Amino acid sequence: MKDFIIPSYSRDDDRDMGTPAREGAPVALTIDGFEVTVPEGTSVMRAAAELGIQVPKLCATDSVEAFGSCRLCAVEIDGRRGTPASCTTPVAPGMIVHTQSEKVRKIRKGVMELYISDHPLDCLTCSANGDCELQDMAGAVGLRDVRYKAPENVPLANHFAPRNTSGEANPEWLPKDDSNPYFTYDPAKCIVCSRCVRACEEVQGTFALTIEGRGFDSRVSFGAKTDNALASDCVSCGACVQACPTATLQENSVIDLGTPERAVITTCAYCGVGCSFKAELNGDQLVRMVPYKHGKANRGHSCVKGRFAYGYATHKDRILNPMIRDSIEDPWQEVSWEEALTFAANRMRGLQDTYGQKSIGVITSSRCTNEETFLVQKLTRAVFGNNNTDTCARVCHSPTGYGLGQTFGTSAGTQDFDSVEHTDVVIVIGANPTDGHPVFASRLKKRLRSGAKLIVIDPRRIDLVKSAHIAAAHHLPLRPGTNVAVVSALAHVIVTEGLMDEEFIRTRCDWDEFQTYAEFISDPRHSPEATALLTGVDAQELRGAARAFATGGNGAIYYGLGVTEHSQGSTTVMGIANLAMLTGNIGRKGVGVNPLRGQNNVQGSCDMGSFPHELPGYRHVKSPEVRDLFKEAWGVEIDPEPGLRIPNMLDAAVAGTFKGLYCQGEDILQSDPDTKHVAAGLAAMECVIVHDLFLNETANYAHVFLPGSTFLEKDGTFTNAERRINRVRKVMAPKNGYADWEVTQMLANAMGAGWNYTHPAQIMDEIAATTPSFAGVDYALLEEKGSIQWPCNENHPDGTPLMHVDGFVRGKGRFIVTEYIATDERSGPRFPLLLTTGRILSQYNVGAQTRRTDNVVWHEMDLLEIHPHDAENRGLKDGDYVKLASRSGETSLRAKITDRVSPGVVYTTFHHPDTQANVITTDYSDWATNCPEYKVTAVQVSPSNGPTDWQEEYAAQAAQARRILPAAE
Amino acid sequence: MSPEKMVYMANQIAGFFKTQPGADAAERVADHIRDFWEPRMREQLLSHVAGGGAGLDEAVIGAAGQL
Repeated sequence: MKDFIIPSYSRDDDRDMGTPAREGAPVALTIDGFEVTVPEGTSVMRAAAELGIQVPKLCATDSVEAFGSCRLCAVEIDGRRGTPASCTTPVAPGMIVHTQSEKVRKIRKGVMELYISDHPLDCLTCSANGDCELQDMAGAVGLRDVRYKAPENVPLANHFAPRNTSGEANPEWLPKDDSNPYFTYDPAKCIVCSRCVRACEEVQGTFALTIEGRGFDSRVSFGAKTDNALASDCVSCGACVQACPTATLQENSVIDLGTPERAVITTCAYCGVGCSFKAELNGDQLVRMVPYKHGKANRGHSCVKGRFAYGYATHKDRILNPMIRDSIEDPWQEVSWEEALTFAANRMRGLQDTYGQKSIGVITSSRCTNEETFLVQKLTRAVFGNNNTDTCARVCHSPTGYGLGQTFGTSAGTQDFDSVEHTDVVIVIGANPTDGHPVFASRLKKRLRSGAKLIVIDPRRIDLVKSAHIAAAHHLPLRPGTNVAVVSALAHVIVTEGLMDEEFIRTRCDWDEFQTYAEFISDPRHSPEATALLTGVDAQELRGAARAFATGGNGAIYYGLGVTEHSQGSTTVMGIANLAMLTGNIGRKGVGVNPLRGQNNVQGSCDMGSFPHELPGYRHVKSPEVRDLFKEAWGVEIDPEPGLRIPNMLDAAVAGTFKGLYCQGEDILQSDPDTKHVAAGLAAMECVIVHDLFLNETANYAHVFLPGSTFLEKDGTFTNAERRINRVRKVMAPKNGYADWEVTQMLANAMGAGWNYTHPAQIMDEIAATTPSFAGVDYALLEEKGSIQWPCNENHPDGTPLMHVDGFVRGKGRFIVTEYIATDERSGPRFPLLLTTGRILSQYNVGAQTRRTDNVVWHEMDLLEIHPHDAENRGLKDGDYVKLASRSGETSLRAKITDRVSPGVVYTTFHHPDTQANVITTDYSDWATNCPEYKVTAVQVSPSNGPTDWQEEYAAQAAQARRILPAAE
Repeated sequence: MSPEKMVYMANQIAGFFKTQPGADAAERVADHIRDFWEPRMREQLLSHVAGGGAGLDEAVIGAAGQL
């Protein structure tokens, strides 16, 4: 017998059901004579909606809990007194509900009449015209007139008229707040339903909004009275705008462009959360992005980037015509596609003739689709005839690939994002989800508010450590570079205090290897007391964290680049896997090891064989069986030797053996460490092909520029951090003429490939045919299911939300000894501080997209966070220009004095090329994967008057390199 | 790449495998380098070893014999 019911919806049905879905035992009731069965705890309003009966409502919406304030949804229930609100009344067995009795119709009309008495009747010119629930409800209840009038010759008793007929100002009227660049708050239109306030609390978890005043004085307010939207705690996620039933909180794009008439479901092209959106348009004019309720990663929520920061797609800086030049000293020359492709193909082939088959390579894009990435790596393997392919995962999560591959047998997160709703204790290590993965952070915060415990391991006091209504039970502010020591100390406590899950270890893991590991980790040198001096973490606090994780119920670990981007990045990943296995936290909901992926398709680009040693599906090129499979599919021999990784390409370029690069949707000059070395590598190449939306920093050293298309302009798929393959759908024609997969195909064909794909679905078919974990994936299934988590094959036809349920992919889980080996990047007399780098909410990666949107109002420049003690020693004040220097280079930026960083640690972001934080970072890297050590650089900070010589030279070179000659007549 | 950088990277790999149980660190270093280093890098390592292997960990020198 079924013990619970999960309602199912067709993909296009995103009606507002009024209140959130519930899971529970079935309850049968009758509404307006129709029988319906819904899960226990469901509201009467939602049960009616399941039948297709919409009870009129204003304050209810299914993204937030019922509130029961508008009384419009009153119903009658047999045997109950009065007219209960259907939104706050849970169903009961045998209940008989009437939604349309004479009595409730009268009540609703009266309620609407009161609402409308304090609402302007300017519907025709209102920005919500046609998309206003107040308007809809007035219609639904049959409101025909409003009897209430303001008395004459007294102050106006309304909130919407600025002045009375005598020209006197109405003290109740407030002007619009248009401080936020993306939405406007118009108090005149507000009905005080509190949906915005509740969305900010329940969905986003920021608590920026409140209702101030009582009764007639009630107002929606952004925090304190003096705050406006921009100055408040608001993170501009837009949940309030989405929840608002009227024009009170409205997207500026809708105010400007009008209400959209069509919608296409697609996937966000920012971070690895991979939110589903409805792109709402008029023709090919994008009006707004609305997070899609049935998107399984985001469940109807979004952040400021996904919802609002799409303006870069139409920014004037976009390059729409191909360009070439003989030398990087020359200005760019606009040419036809054919000329550009022929030029590129001849150069690349010429380089191979002169310098050998392995003298050229590619960098695939983690911002492009799976299909595009697959083609780019195919270009190098099948057309160039070598394995010189790499991707930005090299510089972010390559240690995840290696570490989880070694311990569990596959390189991927073990859970879906829904899993967080079942977790009891969470470790967040080396990640800052409220900035880097905001929608996941909102889901995590929601779980924390309902009681889950949080342990934060991070050098900085990130927002999760303490913010509105959440606080970490333990914050371990470790010294940068000591992750392995801290993770091992946690394991030491768990093992020596006997807190491990022995049964899990015996049945699921290799017991002999565990014995070796247990002996290793039990050694007193791994105890928190022994490592405290090294890590800077209080031993008792660490013991408390270890006990909480081991004994607190379902334990989940979420981690980011603060784990991977170290000399021992891979070792830390293994240590995290050890922790999960020790505590039996693998293979069910609410647990697991969850790498928070950086870019939208970084998981996919790894899956698609972007790494130089692996063919699609993480299969090493040394395997003859795998090579034969691709030989069969592509008709060419596959090189059995691993190719060059990005840092190796640059080294080989400087050494003179690597001469040509096709770089798609990636800006290595800004994003990769040790900028001077990257520039030297690029400058040493004879053909750099940049395929991008903009003349990015890398293009300063390019010979061919191929214009790219945005995610709005093409079909394909992205795979997010939970292995979820989501469709990207073309909502407008590519402004540059071609989708990126078409451009790669044209380049391949110019080099003699003879490809003839006409739609990305055909590329996905080729992926499925060659890659076992994708064997069951095709576009028809994606249409049907909305999204699929790989592996999807004969054994898992519907995909795999949870990995390693009955056994690890490699069989037995493997404990690996994780000895701490200190990085050689240490502070000393010359460079006494440690720099660590990261991201900020409003900007994304190198900022090429977000810097070309209004998001710059939140972060117009990179700042250096420095502790007050370190600032005082150096005579620095907040906002001062400071010089930041390491053994690699120096730059200058403004200081922000804050105790979020510990003394001895400084922090900055890398979003702005005029700062170029990566001129500071060094060439140290992870021992296993060459993932750069971005997170630890010994630096000195000193007062400065302005840009360094290097910054000025860089800016001059960039300006010189970006000159474009008009197209020849 | 510069010999110092190559030596540094190779020694980092040895640093990990030497901490692992078992007496086969050199073999495991060799396996890792074979799996992840492009032939040019391996050739540079081998010629560095042939030239005396200055600065290289003994596990790397042992591994070079197996490459």
